[in-house]
Amino acid sequence: MAINWFKYSAPSTFYGLAGKLIPWFAVPAAMLFVLGLYIGFFVAPMDAVQGEAYRIIFIHVPASILSMFLYLVMAGYAALGLIFNTRLSSMMATALAPTGALFAFISLWTGALWGKPMWGAWWVWDARLTSELILLFLYFGFIALHASIDDPRRADRAAALLAIVGSVNVPIIYFSVKWWNTLHQGSTIKFTGTSMHIAMQQAMFTLLLACWLYAVTVTLVRVRSIILERERNTQWVSELKEVCL
Amino acid sequence: MGLRIEGGMFVSIAEFFNMGGYAFYVWGAYGVTVLVFVIEIVLVSHKRKATLQQVRLMREAGEEI
Amino acid sequence: MNQLSVFNLLQLMIRRDLLLAMRRRADVLTILVFFALVVSLFPLGVGPEMEMLRKMAPGVLWVAALLASMLSLGRLFSADYLDGTLEQMMLAPQSLSVLVLGKMIAHWLVSGLPLVLMAPVLGLQFDMSLPGLLVLMFGLLIGTPILSMLGAIGAALTLGLRGGGVLLSLLVLPLCIPVLIFGTGAVEALASGLSVVSNLSFIAALFMLCLVFTPWVAAQALRISME
Repeated sequence: MAINWFKYSAPSTFYGLAGKLIPWFAVPAAMLFVLGLYIGFFVAPMDAVQGEAYRIIFIHVPASILSMFLYLVMAGYAALGLIFNTRLSSMMATALAPTGALFAFISLWTGALWGKPMWGAWWVWDARLTSELILLFLYFGFIALHASIDDPRRADRAAALLAIVGSVNVPIIYFSVKWWNTLHQGSTIKFTGTSMHIAMQQAMFTLLLACWLYAVTVTLVRVRSIILERERNTQWVSELKEVCL
Repeated sequence: MGLRIEGGMFVSIAEFFNMGGYAFYVWGAYGVTVLVFVIEIVLVSHKRKATLQQVRLMREAGEEI
Repeated sequence: MNQLSVFNLLQLMIRRDLLLAMRRRADVLTILVFFALVVSLFPLGVGPEMEMLRKMAPGVLWVAALLASMLSLGRLFSADYLDGTLEQMMLAPQSLSVLVLGKMIAHWLVSGLPLVLMAPVLGLQFDMSLPGLLVLMFGLLIGTPILSMLGAIGAALTLGLRGGGVLLSLLVLPLCIPVLIFGTGAVEALASGLSVVSNLSFIAALFMLCLVFTPWVAAQALRISME
């Protein structure tokens, strides 16, 4: 996402570009998913302490990382939209939110299913999992606020402010939750502590890349729909091939 | 039939599905993940179709006037 | 033109809001009753075993204080919004941030401070020790302003919206979690021998941070909502 958007900061030009880019992200995503799962299930050995259950981390860790990364990207686009008044930036932020929230959910779900066999409880109030839950609430807040405001410009800008306030808070929240966790001597979900077998690292990294590519794909598709909706009164939209069928 | 892989852990397909007794957790985790991805893809595609439909209708209504 | 100093402006704003609040005394009382009610629900829910209640006390009181202060946030800007005063405030040459800060202070005086004063009474229901009550009160004293300040941002963003109060809580409560953690942590530090002061200083640090930034952020949020 480090492409210079300025050239394509008009929704009309970006719509076309996004459409062309989608297959370039979707296909590698699918391939890397298959590759990552193969490495994770067939190449990586069994863990001495945790048995086969540890294989959940191959999706849990990438999902956590991505949920946090997407939140920051979302807040970044929202800030751009707020400061420079570029409509497309705000549309990107809106497009990213559901995907980020879903990754946060996956992180929590897989975390719980990993926690249960390992630590005996479905939820262990580990600092990272708890911060992840709060992150999910922050995503919900963003989505809910945006959905509650009818005027698109006000919605974009209000949600952007919220996202920025949220991102400032994320380190504070993470730090205080971590502190809270150690105070209560809660469990820390750590993976064996010793260095990981190379195949495990490969699997995790491959799936991380796959999830990122997937997120870009879905976001691009979603933003195209958002662009169509917002720009439906313009000429370029009414002249589109897919509309003129 | 056997699955002889590097590291030689999963001796049979049955063992693979069993995941050393953790089948419920591992497949529950990955299963829901796949489900979430599928649902998201379906929702996003549906939104695109619905939006295109809406734009077409608007355009036709505009042309009639 | 009569240039009002920041201090005078604040005084003016606070006095005005307090006057308006005093005309609706019932609102203040409702918050206190809600606070007491929520606190009483917990023993009813988990049983009267004193040992457990003693342990839960700081958490229950802090959570109840959080929820109670959320109640009146919706009203922070809505009355002025509806009768046009807010628009006047935004057009005035005086700094909107200062006016907002004044409203935040008034809100705290009406909704936060009473909670601080009432908390020890409720804490006795949970058999909290005297040092515990003091730490709790002090924590709430510097923590509840933070709730008013963060809440004002939420109130400004959700101005005039239909889902109003609940949406406001959804937006603001996650942001208040650090205050909750350190507020209860301070009380528990008494029992565990850890430093009470370090917990309270974190709340003080958050307070300072909010004092500097939130009035301006809330003013921006108001501008966004009012355009």
